Amino acid sequence: MLSIKNLQARVEEKDIIKGLNLDIKPGEVHAIMGPNGAGKSTLGNVLSGREGYEVTGGEVLFDGKNLLEMSTEERAREGLFLAFQYPVEIPGVSNMEFLKASVDAVREHRGLPAYDSVTFLKLAREKCKAVNLDQNFLKRGVNEGFSGGEKKRNEIMQMMLLEPKICILDETDSGLDIDALQVVAEGVNSQRSPERSFIVVTHYQRLLDYIVPDYVHVLANGRIVKSGGKELALELEEKGYSWIEQEGK
Amino acid sequence: MSEQINEYIKNEYAAGFVTDVESETLPPGLNEDVVRFISAKKGEPEWLLEWRLKAFRAWSEMTEPTWAHVKYPKINFQDVSYYSAPKSMDSKPKSLDEVDPELLKTYEKLGIPLHEQAILAGVAVDVVFDSVSVATTFKTKLAEAGVIFMPISEAVHKHPELVQKYMGSVVPQKDNFYAALNSAVFSDGSFVYIPKGVRCPMELSTYFRINEAKTGQFERTLIIADEGSHVSYLEGCTAPMRDENQLHAAVVELVALDNAQIKYSTVQNWYPGDAEGKGGIYNFVTKRAVAHTNAKVSWTQVETGSAVTWKYPSCVLKGDNSVGEFYSVALTNNYQQADTGTKMIHIGKNTTSTIISKGISAGKSQNAYRGLVRMNPSAAGARNYTQCDSLLIGDQCAAHTFPYIESKHPSAVVEHEATTSKVSDEQLFLCQQRGIDMEKAVSMIVNGFCKEVFKELPMEFAVEAGKLLEVSLEGSVG
Repeated sequence: MLSIKNLQARVEEKDIIKGLNLDIKPGEVHAIMGPNGAGKSTLGNVLSGREGYEVTGGEVLFDGKNLLEMSTEERAREGLFLAFQYPVEIPGVSNMEFLKASVDAVREHRGLPAYDSVTFLKLAREKCKAVNLDQNFLKRGVNEGFSGGEKKRNEIMQMMLLEPKICILDETDSGLDIDALQVVAEGVNSQRSPERSFIVVTHYQRLLDYIVPDYVHVLANGRIVKSGGKELALELEEKGYSWIEQEGK
Repeated sequence: MSEQINEYIKNEYAAGFVTDVESETLPPGLNEDVVRFISAKKGEPEWLLEWRLKAFRAWSEMTEPTWAHVKYPKINFQDVSYYSAPKSMDSKPKSLDEVDPELLKTYEKLGIPLHEQAILAGVAVDVVFDSVSVATTFKTKLAEAGVIFMPISEAVHKHPELVQKYMGSVVPQKDNFYAALNSAVFSDGSFVYIPKGVRCPMELSTYFRINEAKTGQFERTLIIADEGSHVSYLEGCTAPMRDENQLHAAVVELVALDNAQIKYSTVQNWYPGDAEGKGGIYNFVTKRAVAHTNAKVSWTQVETGSAVTWKYPSCVLKGDNSVGEFYSVALTNNYQQADTGTKMIHIGKNTTSTIISKGISAGKSQNAYRGLVRMNPSAAGARNYTQCDSLLIGDQCAAHTFPYIESKHPSAVVEHEATTSKVSDEQLFLCQQRGIDMEKAVSMIVNGFCKEVFKELPMEFAVEAGKLLEVSLEGSVG
């Protein structure tokens, strides 16, 4: 599904990712943990092709295609989804209009017909319900005046509508109380399937109680320094990151 | 990201073609003889010639206003031609069948069919080509309702009492430099009269087109809504792409008598000049309305064209309880400059006004909102609400806001809110990460920003306005 080989990337002239290797097969959930400043968020931004994140070496294959050659929107249309840590507001553009434009673009790329407005509205309402968002959120501006939890649920709703192949959740748990966290996790779990893979980026083990990963990787100083099963997360919770950082040097 | 945006907003102007018709065009220059020539050409009565000459003499003593936040080389007013008309209009065609097909083709190309059967929306159209009105549709249907809708040059002959009474009553000849110039040399424009208690059965619309090179357009529009009547009027404008700047100095006067309502909508798309700032229309326009007791006037404008815009559609709220509204979207790109806004003059008691202004600056453009809200000593209980928002696209443009508030009555309430925002890299990244390309993303964000104004436009116009914004921002990134 996604094969990252010796990836190196820099932001504003500063090397952040320094030779990262990761292989993700369909249906797998990989958690990426690590201390602040390890390059966790950078990874999501680099993979989704955000401007300002310069790849200086390595390769990334997505379903056998060279991901790094694709534009940001092509990657999205191919099925790469990034759930943002801090989703931005777009005042005046209704959520509904935004979702339709997004789903239309992705479906067109996949050779599927665009939904008519009525069918789409029905679908969007269903997904709202699934993440416990009131239907009124469809009429409101994208993330405009949403609470932190509502923004995150809105992200998961978009994921449900777009049916991506790989989802990168960038510290989705930050700023969420336990109830919101459960709703978000349930939404994610409902989307797990043998075809869909996840990269769950998080600082805390807490999220992984709800979204149970197949693998846990520790990212420190731009590299994966340790990998293991879900029990690694618990070990980190107990011991902190410093011992691993020591090992990584 | 900014570079990508700048690449993207490179402008293409779709209405920039030239119509090849033989025209009678006065040589450049302005003096009393030119004024007399125009008046004679129109076969005007003596009083109107005198009215024009009075304006010309006043203009000769006046100097151009320089307070606006715009920069352009000094205009040589002797270098402009003040009259141009297609020769085929000399014979005064009586119906569309007699109008030069080249002229009709021009409007078809612009998407304005003039044959009534081709018009679906039930909009009556008057089209003005350079200095003359070419055609007015649906005249008969309107006449049945008692509505008068005709070129002002025709109204001078058919309804002299109305023209003489109201022309200059809202914008006097000496009001300002450009209004005086217009009063001296205005060539055509639309005239509307809605009788007492009549609700105009369809939208009225005038479409202005500058075609001839080195020619100024000086149209004059006069709309009178008699007591208790309603009318909605639309105005559209385009011009060919030319390297030199062209002058457009119009005057629009609205009179809303007691309990009348006038809604005046403009989609202004004069040629804005090229990407290097060469050419384009100088749009120096005076628009003003007087609202009598319980009357309501709404100005809605979508301004995407012109190299330089100097325009402040205003309301004089003379009667008690009268209402003035101003909804504006002004978009500037490349080297365009706009200094636009409104004046709300509260005279009557309990008068209310609302101002919603949305300025969008892209490229290297300068976009200024300038507004005056004045509460006169007589305006007890008057209220105003102003909201003034600016959106910046890219990092080389500028937005300015110059609000003036004068309140001379203790019970008057004036509210002013202003915001400035930017189409941010984060917003564009969110859109692109969801599969939406840059072009669509920018147009969605800009349209969202203008939503409050677009909902004030008549339906079919709102769609057009949205598309126009898209085209004005259109570029080569695909």
